[in-house]
Amino acid sequence: MAEEMAVGCARPTGGPVGEAVAPETSTPEKAPVKEVAPMIKLGKKAPDFAAPAYLQGKFVSVKLSEYLGKWVLLCFYPGDFTFV
Amino acid sequence: MSIDSVFVHKMWNDNELSKMVQGGVPFPMLSDGGGRVGKVYGVYDEDAGVEMRGRFIIDPEGVIQGYEMLTPPVGRNIQESIRQVQAFQVVRDSKGAEATPSGWRPGKTTLKPGPDLVGKVWEVWKTGMAFD
Repeated sequence: MAEEMAVGCARPTGGPVGEAVAPETSTPEKAPVKEVAPMIKLGKKAPDFAAPAYLQGKFVSVKLSEYLGKWVLLCFYPGDFTFV
Repeated sequence: MSIDSVFVHKMWNDNELSKMVQGGVPFPMLSDGGGRVGKVYGVYDEDAGVEMRGRFIIDPEGVIQGYEMLTPPVGRNIQESIRQVQAFQVVRDSKGAEATPSGWRPGKTTLKPGPDLVGKVWEVWKTGMAFD
């Protein structure tokens, strides 16, 4: 399911996937803080994303849509080594 | 998922979490640098630059059935998250014919919503069942 990634020195990042991603705007003027409107609604599709992950000794790339057919608990938390 | 890199995830798992959970964390520890995914899910705190304790239940169709969000100092109730998934599974397996009343957990009685149940919930569900 999750594909192993080649990890170099750069910090791998992921992000939302699919048509919902806003294109990078190239406004020359001082751009205001980019607001990304949350797209979360109960009973609606969870926005798909791809993200790098650590899984059992390997660095992998995980896409939410790979888990279709399964129940998923997606948990966010403030940071590693936090103590709660 | 947090804003930490996969490298920090590895250190946390290998040096601490693997001492709490035998074999280490069995599921993917996702990295969300910049909170790009967290913004879309509405859990990213711009001021603090971190993500709140958001938890989403996503069904096999990819549909969000529930979520919960807490500020950082209060931890979640994992048992409650599991109970909610079990309840959604019962509802789904019954194709919507059954619903789980307040206080339901596996083994307890479900409700069958329909015309016959209107005004009759008190006969089959007692207040104490919310707490036992």
